Amino acid sequence: MRQFLVAALAALFALPARAQEGGIDAAVNEAFASATGWFVNFIFAPIPGTSFAWIVAWLVIGASVFTIYFGFVQFRVIGHSLALVSGKYSDPKDAGEVSHFQALATALSGTVGLGNIAGVAVAVSIGGAGATFWMILAGLLGMASKFTECTLGVKYRNEYPDGTVSGGPMYYITKGFTERGLPGGKILAILFSVFCVLGALGGGNMFQANQAHQQISGVVGDYPGWITGLIFAAIVFIVIVGGIKSIARVTEKVVPFMGILYCGVALVIILMNLDMVGTAFSQIIDGAFTGNGIVGGAIGALIQGFRRAAFSNEAGVGSAAIAHSAVKTKEPITEGFVSLLEPFIDTVVICTMTALVIIITGQLMTDPATGLYMIGDDGRVVTATGATGVGLTSAAFGSVFSWFPYLLVVAVVLFAFSTMISWSYYGLKAWTYMFGEGKAQELTFKVIFCVFTVIGAAASLGPVIDFSDAMIFAMAVVNIVALYLLMPIVKRELDSYLSRLRSGEIKRFKP
Amino acid sequence: MTATLVVGIDGGGTGNRALAHARKLAKLIGDCEIVVAFVIEWSPFSFHSAEENAIRHKRREEEISAATARIVEPALATLREAGFAARGVVRHGNVADCLNDIAVEEGADQIVVARSSDGGFAARVFGSVTASLVMTAAVPVTVVG
Repeated sequence: MRQFLVAALAALFALPARAQEGGIDAAVNEAFASATGWFVNFIFAPIPGTSFAWIVAWLVIGASVFTIYFGFVQFRVIGHSLALVSGKYSDPKDAGEVSHFQALATALSGTVGLGNIAGVAVAVSIGGAGATFWMILAGLLGMASKFTECTLGVKYRNEYPDGTVSGGPMYYITKGFTERGLPGGKILAILFSVFCVLGALGGGNMFQANQAHQQISGVVGDYPGWITGLIFAAIVFIVIVGGIKSIARVTEKVVPFMGILYCGVALVIILMNLDMVGTAFSQIIDGAFTGNGIVGGAIGALIQGFRRAAFSNEAGVGSAAIAHSAVKTKEPITEGFVSLLEPFIDTVVICTMTALVIIITGQLMTDPATGLYMIGDDGRVVTATGATGVGLTSAAFGSVFSWFPYLLVVAVVLFAFSTMISWSYYGLKAWTYMFGEGKAQELTFKVIFCVFTVIGAAASLGPVIDFSDAMIFAMAVVNIVALYLLMPIVKRELDSYLSRLRSGEIKRFKP
Repeated sequence: MTATLVVGIDGGGTGNRALAHARKLAKLIGDCEIVVAFVIEWSPFSFHSAEENAIRHKRREEEISAATARIVEPALATLREAGFAARGVVRHGNVADCLNDIAVEEGADQIVVARSSDGGFAARVFGSVTASLVMTAAVPVTVVG
C-alpha cells in the first residue's frame, strides 16, 4: 500500500512540471493509471476459458452459499426486519441510543447514490434490459451476505470504556477467528483494512468526486477536474478535519429527501406508463436469458447485472458491517435482520426503478426488423440521445420531466458528498485499526483522503472506475473468506433467536 | 404518599411556571410527591452520520448528566428546601409521549406543564407539546398559562 500511496502522492506533487506538457488532469490520469493498472487487471481477470471475471463469480457464489446455509433467511424474516426497524422490539429505556432505523439509514446513505443512478445506466447500456434481472437477483442474494456480515459486525464490535464503539470486519475477523481457534485472523484483518482504506479512497472518494465533476461540468461547461476536486476536498476537509458538523448534518437531512424524491419521480413515470411496464419486464426477462443481441449475450447481461449490483449495494464487501455496528441492541442478530433490507431497498427497489424508467422511456434503441438491440462501435447499446452513465439516466427522466436533469445534478453532487463522508469514516476505522487510535493517525488519513478527492476529480473515468471497483471487490475477497469461516457462529445466533422469538421470550414493546 | 404530580420542566421560564403551580397544588394536597421530569427531544427516526452513531452512547450519557446537573438537580434542591418530597427523571424521546409514560409508570394523579410562549406557524403545523399531551395523556393534565 505504501508503494501505491507514494506513487499517488508523487503524481500530485509532480503536477507542476507535467502540467506544462499535457495539463494537470492528463498528468494525474497517466500517473494514476500506471500505479493501479496491475492490481485492476488481477481483480478483473476472467476465469480461464471464459469472459467471466472470477471476482463476480466469487460474490455470487458467496451470496448463494449464505442464502442456502441460512435457509433463505432474507425471505423468512423480512416481516420481523420491518418490525425491528419500526421500533416495535426496541426497549423504551434505550431511547437516545442508536436505533435500528438510524443504523440502517446511515448505512444506506453510504450505499444509495451513484451506483443507483450511474451504475444502473452503465449496466443496461452494456448488458441491455436483461442486466436488470441479474441485478435484482444479485440484490436478493446479497441480502444474505449483508445479514451475515452485519450480525458479526455487532457481535464482535469493540465497546470502549468512554462509551464509543468501533466495529467492522477487521474486528470480527480477529475476535471470531480467535474464538473458533482459527489461525491467521490478524493477518486477514490487516489485509482487509488495507483494501478498505484503498476502497474508501477509490469507490468511496475518487469515483464520487469524478462523477460529481462530470455532472457539474455538464451543466456549467467543461473545465479542469482538479478545480472541482479542490473545492470538494476543501468542503470534505472542513467537515472531517475541521469538525464542521453543520454541513454533514444538512447533507444527512437533504440526502434522504433527495432519495425519496428520486424514487417518487421514478414511480410517477412508471405509473404514467403503466401499460409499458409489462413490456419492460418481458424485455428484462427475455434479455436476461437471450441477451437480445448485446455483446456477450446472456452472459454479458449477467456479468453487468451482478457487477453493478455489487458495486451499488456493497453486499459481502464488509463496509456495511462498520456502519451497522453502532446500533444499540442486546441481540446482534437483530441488526443482521435489519441490514438485509439494505440490498433490497438499494438494488431491488431503487436500481430497478432506474432501469424501468430507462427502458420504458425508450432510451435503449432496438432494430425494428429484428427486435434486437442496436450495438454501437464501442460495444454498448445505442441510446436515444447517445448518452451513457448518469447522462443516460438524466435523459430518461428528462424525456418526461424536462426539469429533472437539473434536480439530478444536485442529487448526484449531494449523494457523492454523502457517500464520501460515509466512506471517510469506513476508511478511518480501517486505518486506526492498523495504526492505532489517535489524533495524529486520524489526521494523516483524513489529509490523504482529501488529496485523493482532487486526484479522483482530475482523472478520467476509465482508470477511476476500474480502480474503485477493484478495491471494493478486493475487500469482498477477504471479507467473504472470513464470513465462510464464521458463518456457524451466525447460524447459532439465528437458531437461538428464532426459537426465543417463537416462544415469546423475545419481548415486543409496541403492538 | 397520597398523590403524585409529574411536572415537565424545560430549564427555562416555562418550566418554572409549571413548577410554581405544582408547588401550590402540592401544598393544597398535603401528602404529595413531585416528580420533576426533563425530556431531551430525540427521535429514533432521525438521521445521523456513522461517526455520530459511533459516539452516540457517550453523547447520550453526557446529555443525561448535563441535564441532571444543570436543570433537574437545581429544581429538586429548591423543592426539597421548601419541604416538598421530590424526585427527578431525565428521558430521551418525544416530550409529550415521555411525560405521559412517566406519569403512567409513576402512577401519577396529574401532569403539570406550562404553555410555551412560542406559537405561530410551527406550532400550528406540527402541533405543540401541550396540545399533544392534552390530546393523548392517560392522566389529567394541567396546562399553566
